[in-house]
Amino acid sequence: MLGSGIIRGFIETARNFAGSYCSRERLTTIQYPEERLAQPESARIMPFLVFDGADPKAGLRCTACTICEQECPPQCIYIIKDAVKKPDHIGKMQMQPKVFDIDISVCMGCGICAEVCPFDSIKMDQVFELSSGERFNTFLLHKEQLAKPNEYFRKLHPSDAAETDARRAEDKIKAEAKARAAAAAAAAPKPPSSPKPGPPPKVPAPVPEHAEVAT
Amino acid sequence: MSPLVAVLYIVGIMAVFGSAFALTTIAERKTLGRMQNRFGPNRVGPFGILQPMADAVKMLTKEDIVPSSADKLLHFIAPLVLTTPVWLNFAVLPFGDHVVAARFDAGLLFFFAISAASELAVFMAGWSSQNKYSLLGAMRAIAQMISYEVPLVLSTVTVVMMAGSLSLTDIVDAQSSYAFGWLARWNLFTPWGLAGFGLFLIAATAESNRSPFDLPEGESEIIAGYLTEYSGFKYALFFLGEYLGLFAVTGLGVTLFLGGWHAPVKALAWAPSIFWFAAKFAALIFVFIWARATLPRLRLDQLLAFAWRFLVPLTLINIAAAAAWHYSAWWGFQGAMATRWVLCAAIIGFPYVWLGRSLRGGSPALRKYTYAE
Repeated sequence: MLGSGIIRGFIETARNFAGSYCSRERLTTIQYPEERLAQPESARIMPFLVFDGADPKAGLRCTACTICEQECPPQCIYIIKDAVKKPDHIGKMQMQPKVFDIDISVCMGCGICAEVCPFDSIKMDQVFELSSGERFNTFLLHKEQLAKPNEYFRKLHPSDAAETDARRAEDKIKAEAKARAAAAAAAAPKPPSSPKPGPPPKVPAPVPEHAEVAT
Repeated sequence: MSPLVAVLYIVGIMAVFGSAFALTTIAERKTLGRMQNRFGPNRVGPFGILQPMADAVKMLTKEDIVPSSADKLLHFIAPLVLTTPVWLNFAVLPFGDHVVAARFDAGLLFFFAISAASELAVFMAGWSSQNKYSLLGAMRAIAQMISYEVPLVLSTVTVVMMAGSLSLTDIVDAQSSYAFGWLARWNLFTPWGLAGFGLFLIAATAESNRSPFDLPEGESEIIAGYLTEYSGFKYALFFLGEYLGLFAVTGLGVTLFLGGWHAPVKALAWAPSIFWFAAKFAALIFVFIWARATLPRLRLDQLLAFAWRFLVPLTLINIAAAAAWHYSAWWGFQGAMATRWVLCAAIIGFPYVWLGRSLRGGSPALRKYTYAE
């Protein structure tokens, strides 16, 4: 009959009205500043730098290779290499950044830097409450603000961090084994001279293209 | 009436219904939220009850924009023309025992005459804005209000016939006795009153431009209709005018069909009369909000067809039912009351079903999309 659908509609809204006071599950709203949804693991907002151990300076994985700087589409990364090297996790001496700045007002959160980094150093952070009343200084993050411990990375991206940690541990074991082998080889009596092939005869270095400028 | 009492009435009505406006905005938003499984506003003050204050501050501090091509004078006075006469509606409503500002003999007539002024204001607003959406909204509003004024008035005619008076105080007095010694003789508890109340509610919803008849402000179609070019305080005045119109017509519904300020059962007659009026008023406002949360907006042709082909015939038939009820009042045989109920219900019910079936019109032919398939 005419109007039966309207009555059904009225019953439905009345049920919602009463139900929303009785059962909390009906209300799907997340009241944001007080309540938050857990971020999915793959969420990414802006990059940060991972460091191992307790000292952000000594443990920083970044080797200032500048691949991220070159790949960054909006060019928001700025790196200056330090003159002093420091050992990395396998004991090899590596470069380190003297300056590592990210302008997060320019960063678009694409995550390309994290993808291209061969040292597992730059990863994507999930902080998003970055608004500020001050425009010029708060959005240019320096190395000190960007460096965050590996535990933090593990918390944000557990599976990525587990894979990275496993690979780095393996690298370390390999490096140690290699070092042991090298040490054993050094300790062992030298085999009778089978002279190594010497370095190839030097060829004159090719003249740099702008040599004339360099005078 | 002495001038002091008159001033008291004016101040009282403006204070009570002004704050009722503020309360209704927050109550409406909370209720709508709950009916859609949301919280509704809950940020300003405890449970969000201070939201109307925040809204008022927002409205008052907004820039008042007048389009450069607008008719400045009409644009300025349209909200005033809407809001000012609406207050007069409250003059004839009896809010309680001996609480009525003006005891008019033609109170109902006065009420309808005054509330027709809102159409003028709406068209002024739409015309003076020099905006196509405003004009479209205003034309829709005119078509709708004029169409629905007919069933609105016709549905109240039955009450006037039965009470034998256009005075709203007399109409309330006619509903003052108690049937079986306990149940109030409200007009609602008669077959013609029940049907008339339903028709009245539908027509009143359309008259006050509320969902599902809110075509003049259909956001998805014509921005905000005749309100498009209004901002700040003028917009707030329009809102105030619309809500006051709703309150007035709700108060009229309470007076005509729900026994005015009388208690529903005799045992509860000790409570103050104003309390009963307020309770019924709040319940009816809740029904309007409930309808807004439930029903989607009609199309303009559906709206007009509904008024002229469905509501108007039914209100006329309802008058016949009221006549049958009136002229069968002398029946004294056993079960006369039940027979009268069945008779009157049949007089209204059969045309209702028949109209509902014949106007349904089947499902439209499946549309062919030539370039989309």
